Amino acid sequence: MKKDITTTIDNVEAKEKIEGSAKYTSDIHIEGAYYAKPIRSSLAKGLIKSIKIPSLPKDYFVVDESDIPGENVVAMIDDDWPVFAANRVEYIGQPIMLIVGPDKAKVYSLCQNVKITYAEETPTLDFGQPEKTLKFHKGDIKKAFKEADEIIEYDYETNYQEQAYIEPQGFIGYPENNGVHLIGSIQCPYYVKNAVKRTMAFDDDQVRIKQAFVGGAFGGKEEFPSLMACQLAVAIDKIQQPIKMIYEREEDMVVTTKRHPAKIKMQAAVNRDHKVTAIKSEVALDGGAHIGLSEVVLSRSMLAVSNAYTIDNLDVKGHVYKTNTVPNGAFRGFGAPQMIFAIEMFIHHIAKKRGLDPYQFRMKHLVKQGDKTATSGIYRDPIIMRDMIKKATEMSDYHEKVKRYNQKGSFKGIGMSWFLHGCGFTGSGEKDIIKAKVRLKKDSDDQVYILVAAVDMGQGAKTTLRKVVAQVLDIDIEHVIFDNPDTLYVPDSGPTVASRTMMIVGGLLARAAQKLKNQWLKSQEQTVEEIYEQPSYVKWDQKTMHGDAYPAYSWGVNVVEVEIDKVTYEVNVKHMWSVYDLGKAIDENIVLGQADGGQAQGIGYGMLEVMQHKDGRIQQRNMTDYIIPTAADMAKTKNIIMDNPYPLGPYGAKGVGELTLVGGAPAVALAIEMAINRPLRKIPVTPEVIMEAITDA
Amino acid sequence: MPKITFTLNGQKEALNTRLDLRLLDLLRTHYHLTGSKEGCGEGECGACSVFINGKLINSCLVPLGSINGADIMTIEGYKHTERFKVLQKAFIKEGGSQCGICTPGMMMASEYLLAHNPNPTEHDIRHGLSGNLCRCTGYNMIIKAIKRAAKEGKGLW
Repeated sequence: MKKDITTTIDNVEAKEKIEGSAKYTSDIHIEGAYYAKPIRSSLAKGLIKSIKIPSLPKDYFVVDESDIPGENVVAMIDDDWPVFAANRVEYIGQPIMLIVGPDKAKVYSLCQNVKITYAEETPTLDFGQPEKTLKFHKGDIKKAFKEADEIIEYDYETNYQEQAYIEPQGFIGYPENNGVHLIGSIQCPYYVKNAVKRTMAFDDDQVRIKQAFVGGAFGGKEEFPSLMACQLAVAIDKIQQPIKMIYEREEDMVVTTKRHPAKIKMQAAVNRDHKVTAIKSEVALDGGAHIGLSEVVLSRSMLAVSNAYTIDNLDVKGHVYKTNTVPNGAFRGFGAPQMIFAIEMFIHHIAKKRGLDPYQFRMKHLVKQGDKTATSGIYRDPIIMRDMIKKATEMSDYHEKVKRYNQKGSFKGIGMSWFLHGCGFTGSGEKDIIKAKVRLKKDSDDQVYILVAAVDMGQGAKTTLRKVVAQVLDIDIEHVIFDNPDTLYVPDSGPTVASRTMMIVGGLLARAAQKLKNQWLKSQEQTVEEIYEQPSYVKWDQKTMHGDAYPAYSWGVNVVEVEIDKVTYEVNVKHMWSVYDLGKAIDENIVLGQADGGQAQGIGYGMLEVMQHKDGRIQQRNMTDYIIPTAADMAKTKNIIMDNPYPLGPYGAKGVGELTLVGGAPAVALAIEMAINRPLRKIPVTPEVIMEAITDA
Repeated sequence: MPKITFTLNGQKEALNTRLDLRLLDLLRTHYHLTGSKEGCGEGECGACSVFINGKLINSCLVPLGSINGADIMTIEGYKHTERFKVLQKAFIKEGGSQCGICTPGMMMASEYLLAHNPNPTEHDIRHGLSGNLCRCTGYNMIIKAIKRAAKEGKGLW
């Protein structure tokens, strides 16, 4: 009998990572490579009046917008990011040009002597006119509000979160085939390739993108690397030398994309039976100076509005605002963490306002199989949340602790969040935009090569995808080879984002492996391909945002227990428990690792990680100012994975990565709320916020 | 330029060099020892941890002027030891490495911890590792790996 796919195997990349021989971008040595460093705007908004460049020694160059052979745009969803600022700057840190040359120290000193003068303009720092607006509705909102027994409304607020991958962004590249070959720390080789093609006006065969080992990404290396790659491509094309561009921490922290700060208005109609009959919600995201992916982030935020609850009537609006601040973008969860924080707090706050037990109140609204989703699609697959909640409350002793801690002056609290996450691209994205293609190639030694663009950035995709292919083919995993993606060889299986790698790419690979198995010819070269097809029952109207926003959902429950220092208001996380339904774990240890890490980021988002800008200038500039959890800040976790196989996923697998983050912030905020017996409406809940809540009351 | 001598992973080295350069850069660019990583460049993240005269040090904060006569060990030297092998196996079995960028530094910190405290409690481990940041794991699997190494490598530390 074959082993259960969930049984843990050794992570295939672990050995070389542990001994330090895995090569990340900055570890790659190319003899004679030049260095590039960007010159950036020191102003939030204005026109560039003059640029004075010190006299450049031989072999030192300036590279700016005048060197761009194609379009001065980084291709994304919204094409509003210039590669280099042309004549106006829109945020502090916006790249204007590169200084490139053989000696790093010399390049840095030249950079310090570039003088730019501006005609300063008043920057937009608050929300004015929205740049993008989306809306959808469900049911009859007017009727529900008209018939309400009570209308309850609260506002919620979240701030920036920085991905804080430990490896800063970077690329190295060189001229190749009348074009460029770039190697970088990236999640999406084809995003980079397509962006470079457009900026350089290159043909397909002139751009080659390869992934180096990636030292953490979390969405931060989804769209941002395209900007760096376009700049470097312009420089390589101009100078015809290998060039390296690696950010230092401060540069990375100040200029790269972050999680969108959000303001969320929630308004609920509650009837006499204490049922929430309707929710009106309005979300405002700060997009920063360029829109980029913000509209898609906004849509994920809005789609999470009713989270794991069924609310029959909804009116949901969302806006992205442009401000003269660093552009915001992808970060694990992609808009959902903001909304899930708001709705989890809101549902509690409604219960409290009505004098009800929050747990019973939430239970009454919990989603069941067959219910309509927020966008009037259907939850088709079995939902096992009741069992998951039972498991979570039992192992954490939740109900008993609620009784004990819900007393004035306990300074102890326990919080629980329930949540879901849609797997894969929103709506018809997989079918209409991504059109994933995967390839398996067998050589005459019967070694099978996985050819996909999926990146292992620490989430274990190398191990799990190889495992799926090996298991379907019933061969040893040693005979399945999966090198870092190189666009010269791999088809576009889509970006490594949206918790889609296992469910979508892994699903296609499982089908391809089955096909190969069926036509297996010993000692002969063979190639098979598979292309994504949307399940026919999934219907989505992008214009009205109506229908099935996702083919499948993963589910989770987080419980967090805290104790607060009565003098310093420091929050001490005592224990964390979680239960997940991600269909089927392809590797137990890898999923548990995602669970631990996602939760740490979620809790960091909720109570620890402060990032702010002042007049458009990011205030936290390094790892000393921007606090992420250390081993001493985190506590023991107990994570349970409950099987609930999804028929179209490989071995039943759904998405994992983002799910494990989205519930952390509300769980810890609810625990703190219980401990201090004060309502909380914004994160992060730092000791300063706790002190304000206590003294204001 | 002044001359400095030191021992690197057991080898005697002599260099004519500026003294204000960082040890981390010397290791990575001159010796191509890229197992020590630069995560923050200011001594906060621990990814560049090395041993200098047996002490656990962030090499990004060390000017070459201070290493004359010193005995330096990086992950490339440490990986040949029995203790490393036990720790490596434990990290693999417990899933203690995800993206891996912090891992060589974590290995150095783990070695230092176990060398000074062969039977650490959970609290000891959490505080022993609090100078090394990891954004992927939430630390629990790293802590389990160190506990496993302490058990399986009994007598080695």
